[in-house]
Formats: sequence, structure tokens, C-alpha cells
Amino acid sequence: MTTPLRPFPAAFVSGIGVLGPGLPHWPAASAVLAGRQAWKREKTVLVAPELLPAAERRRSVRAVKLALSIGLEAVASAHADATNIATVFTSSGGDGYNCHQLCETLASEDRQISPTRFHNSVHNAAAGYWSIAAGATAPSAVLCAYDGSFGAGLLEALAQVAVDRSPCLLIAYDADYPEPLFATRPVPDAFGVALLLTPEPGATPCGRISAALTEDPADALADAELELLRRSIPAARSLPLLRAIARGTSGRIVLDYLDHARLAVDVVR
Amino acid sequence: MYFRGTVTPLLISRYTATTCLGRGLEPLRDALLAGRSGLKRCDFETVDLDTWIGEVEGVDDETLPAALVDFTCRNNRLAQIGLNQDGFADAVRAASHRLGTQRIGVFVGTSTAGILATELAYRHRDPVTGALPADFRYAQTHNPFSVAAFVQAFFGLAGPAVAVSTACSSSAKAFASAGRMIAAGFIDAAIVGGVDSLCLTTLYGFNSLELTSSHACRPFDRARDGISIGEAAAFALLERVPDSAGDVADDAILLLGVGESSDAYHMSSPHPEGLGARRAMEAALAAAGLSPADIDYINLHGTATPSNDASETRAVGALFGATTPCSSTKGATGHTLGAAGGVEAAVAALALRGGFVPAGANTRNPEPGLAYVLATRTQPVRRVLSNSFGFGGTNCSLIVGRAK
Repeated sequence: MTTPLRPFPAAFVSGIGVLGPGLPHWPAASAVLAGRQAWKREKTVLVAPELLPAAERRRSVRAVKLALSIGLEAVASAHADATNIATVFTSSGGDGYNCHQLCETLASEDRQISPTRFHNSVHNAAAGYWSIAAGATAPSAVLCAYDGSFGAGLLEALAQVAVDRSPCLLIAYDADYPEPLFATRPVPDAFGVALLLTPEPGATPCGRISAALTEDPADALADAELELLRRSIPAARSLPLLRAIARGTSGRIVLDYLDHARLAVDVVR
Repeated sequence: MYFRGTVTPLLISRYTATTCLGRGLEPLRDALLAGRSGLKRCDFETVDLDTWIGEVEGVDDETLPAALVDFTCRNNRLAQIGLNQDGFADAVRAASHRLGTQRIGVFVGTSTAGILATELAYRHRDPVTGALPADFRYAQTHNPFSVAAFVQAFFGLAGPAVAVSTACSSSAKAFASAGRMIAAGFIDAAIVGGVDSLCLTTLYGFNSLELTSSHACRPFDRARDGISIGEAAAFALLERVPDSAGDVADDAILLLGVGESSDAYHMSSPHPEGLGARRAMEAALAAAGLSPADIDYINLHGTATPSNDASETRAVGALFGATTPCSSTKGATGHTLGAAGGVEAAVAALALRGGFVPAGANTRNPEPGLAYVLATRTQPVRRVLSNSFGFGGTNCSLIVGRAK
């Protein structure tokens, strides 16, 4: 790889939110990843946050509930104010159920789709609901890099913190797909992770991270079940990083990113 | 007020746009100078809506290279047509040779990518199992990343690649992401693009919201009644400005500032006073170190829906008053959704290079409150502000200018 022109951008992890199968929040996920608690795989429970106005709460789809829940957990754990924090939303796809119903209607005799279904189909639906729920007027970047969406979001968030010298909330999330899309995109359940990245250490920093592209292979997880989770839901490609944070270890970990490149992430406690 | 850090200026060393007006910059410039529209009554696919569209001719005839055949869909065909105009592909290959394949990032804005492929596949499900046809390729066609992956593979690049998908501000915000990645040192140059193609989701979707017009769209006209959906592929090659001033031509095109904001108001309606839009324009001016008086022309988002243009009128009026010449070029190109920011950055560059202020086609009787341009006029243009706003209240303003 070409030698970088300057040190790679770094940021402090000042808040974390996690929601996934049998992982209802970061403290539970942290205990599992640190080996303090056994993991029991249970279907991810998604609830629309109370913070959403009633109309939006009624209209919110699975991917939106997931993204908002983890974002709020990360912000609350850092006692931060969401209204002025820039966000990066990254997901390998939109809401699979919403997409399925749209495509089914468009393939039917009556193609009149519901306006709510349509606005929920935009990739930035979660960012829009977040902005409304949190009163957040700061910019949102909304990204997709298929299976590498977590890595793409991490690069964008690190670049934002480095360039803007202000906090950035990374929200990486993926929800499951129904058939027949599931056969071509077998995401089995919902998983998401939110990292509040800051230029200075917060009250309870979880470590300092930086990232660079590498051709080295990605780290796997020793636990076969957790490794299956890592490989089956794109946002769970973050698990080796979360494990390092949970264990309080410093060092270099490698995350899956694109076909031709992985991300080497240096974690410093 | 949210201030972004120092990202700009950056050099836009090459740019191109393919719209319903034709392939590449020349037909776009000719149409802008003539005030001509490329819209037509909708005859796309099996769509039975009373609306107008901006369709690029001959997209389905485009063939992708054998190694990339799995990416075949209307959206990637349109992307390839776009990449092959105006020497853009050669400029990327030269930059790749100069900087290294890992040092060039790919940032493509799209709202629906190749979802048309899925819409068509759903018509051919197995009658017993419900399965989609065996030749359906989700990752290479429907997924938002498909177009960024295609562009990266087309050039054999090996740096970061990402799709930026914030509905109708997507490709404007792709400039913001690319600029930050260059400023942070992850990359040295970026392909920034916007590609969106006609599909049933957007035609029936905007129709369900009663936002499509049964006429060719008339931005800012008092009689405006909705959008005309178009399709486009626009690309720019973004690089650091050379350290030596002598290496920058006087008519070089620079990205001078980017400003972004979120409305925090409604999923499918803009803030009525245009507060988010105004904040994005203010942030772009702050990033560029400019004041409103420094802007010679504003390319408005101007979708021609009653609410968008009213909201944008208030935002622009509050910041610029009624003196800065402005227009929406969507009457000529249609609303190309996720590609609009890229197309309109190319329009800005053409205005800067050619010294003209483009009129908004189809508009006859504009709303009061803005210096809306009804006939294209020749005059020196040094700096252009271009607005792009999207569903979910996502706003982005770009400022593009001449080096001198």
C-alpha cells in the first residue's frame, strides 16, 4: 500500500449503542464479547423510540427503529446532546419488507403504492426520522457499500472528526429481508452498532481508533456462532472492533470492507 | 449553526453530464443557451401515468464489458454512457496512473440505483415458489452500492468506494464526502458522480404523493404543479489544487465550498420557511469564505412542486434578496433525483466556462421575490451556488467558481 501523506485520522469512541440477536444493548453485547456471559441467540426485538412523534412512530419501519434505537443508546451513554451532532448512517440496504411490498404492488394489476411506503423506501429514511426525532439539524451522510457498509461509514466518520474537529455519530445498521429477496440477499435478522466518535476523549472514553486500508485478511471471531453472526449481517462485520473495545485491549484488528481491501483499525485504550 | 471544517477549495479537473438533452456536455450547453427542454410525455416501459419524463435515448442498447456483465441494468448502462463522454474515462485513467489505483476514491450519488431490475424480476416470479428469476442479480443491480462498485470496477480502482444515497441531494453530498476523504488524507482524488435512471418506484411513488405534473415541469412558475422525473449520469474528477498557482489555469473550475444541513421537520415536505435550505447555503458560503454578493448565479433546486419552490424562494430571498440571478434547469433536464446535484454542478461549470446565465426552460410567469432568469443571457460568471434538497429534509449547497 502507498505510504500515507500524513497520520491516519483518529477519533475517541465516546459512546456505543448495539442492538442485535440476543444483544439488546451495548452492556449486554460487551459482556458477551468479553467472554463474561454466554450468548443466547434470540430474534432481535425492534421498538420505535418514544422520542418519535406519534405519526412518525406509526410509520417507522424495522430499519428505522433499529437505527434510531442504537443512535439514542450511544448518545445517552455519553450524556451528549444529539441536536448538534453530525451523523453518518450506513446500511447495506433499505428496509427489506418495505421494498418487498413496493415491488409486489408495482408488479400487480393496481400499481398505486402508498405515499408512506414510498418515503420509507429512500435509503436516508432513518436519517430523516432521526433528524425529526432528535431535532438534529446537523448534516447526515447516508452511505451504502453493500457488505462493506460498516467500513465505509467508519472511514467517513473518522474523516469528519479529523476534518471538522467535532463529534460525529456513526450509525451502522442492517435489517432482515423477506422472501423472495432473502434468497438473493440472505440477511437473517437485524443488527446495528452506533459509535459516537469525538476529537477529544469524553467522560468515559472506550478507546481511540484510527483506520487505514489493508490487503490483510479480516479477523474472525473464535466463537463459531458469533462468527456466523459477523458473516451473515453486514453491520456485524464490526464485531472484531467491538470485541477489542469490550475486552479493553489495544492493538490492530482487521475488518472486512470491500472485495479488494480490508480496514486495519488501530485501537488504543 | 453548524460549521464544517476546511475541505475546499478542490480542483474539478474534468466533468461530464448525460441527460435527456443528449450525451455529454455539448448538447446540455446548447440546450441551456437555447432555453430548450428535453422533456417528453411519459412513454417509459409500461408506465400508465399522465406525466412527463426526461429519458436518455438508447440506454438499453449499451453493452457492458464482458467482465462486468453481471452489472447489466439500466442504471449501470447509463453510468457507462456517462463515463465515456467528454474524455472523462481517459482523465480518470491518467489520474489512476499518476496517483495509484488505491489513492482514488469513488463516491456516486443515487436514489434508486438499478431497482428497475427488481421491479421487472417481480413480474416473473416462479408461480409455485414465488422465487425471483435465476438471472436476477441483487448486489450488482438493485443495491445502492451497485453503481459505485460498477464505476470502481470499470476503472480497476482499489481505493475506497461508496454510494451516497440521500434521495435528491445524493450527488451534491457525494462532493462533500469525497472532499472530506481527500482532506483527511485517505485519498488524493475522487470520482464524484450521480446516476439515477427511470424506474416505476419513483414514477409511481412521486405520483402517489401527487408531486408529478401532467405538463412538462415549470419551476417557480405561478402555475407550477409538480415535477417531471428525468434520468442522468454526471461525473466529476475531484483533486487537490496544485500548490503552485501557475499550475492552475484561469478558467479552471474549483469546488469552493460545500454546505449541508438537515431540516428536522418532515419526511416528504421541506421546511415551509426553508430554514434547512438557508443553513446549507450559509454553510457553503462560510466554507468558501464568501458573502452572498460574491455569487453571480444560483442554480436552484427548483423541482417545480408548489411547496419546494415556495420554501426555496423564502430561503434564497432571506439570504440573497431579489437581485442575484437564479433559475432551475429542471425544466430542461427533468428532476434527475440522485443525479441532480452532479448534473447541476456540470451546469454551473458550463456557465462559468461559457460566461452565461442559463434560463429556466418552461417557466413563463415566475413567482415574485427572486431575480428569476427567463431568457439565457451572456455575461461573465465567476461563482455559482447550486442547491440540492431531498426527502427526509437533507440539504446540500455547492459553490463552484473559476480560478480567476
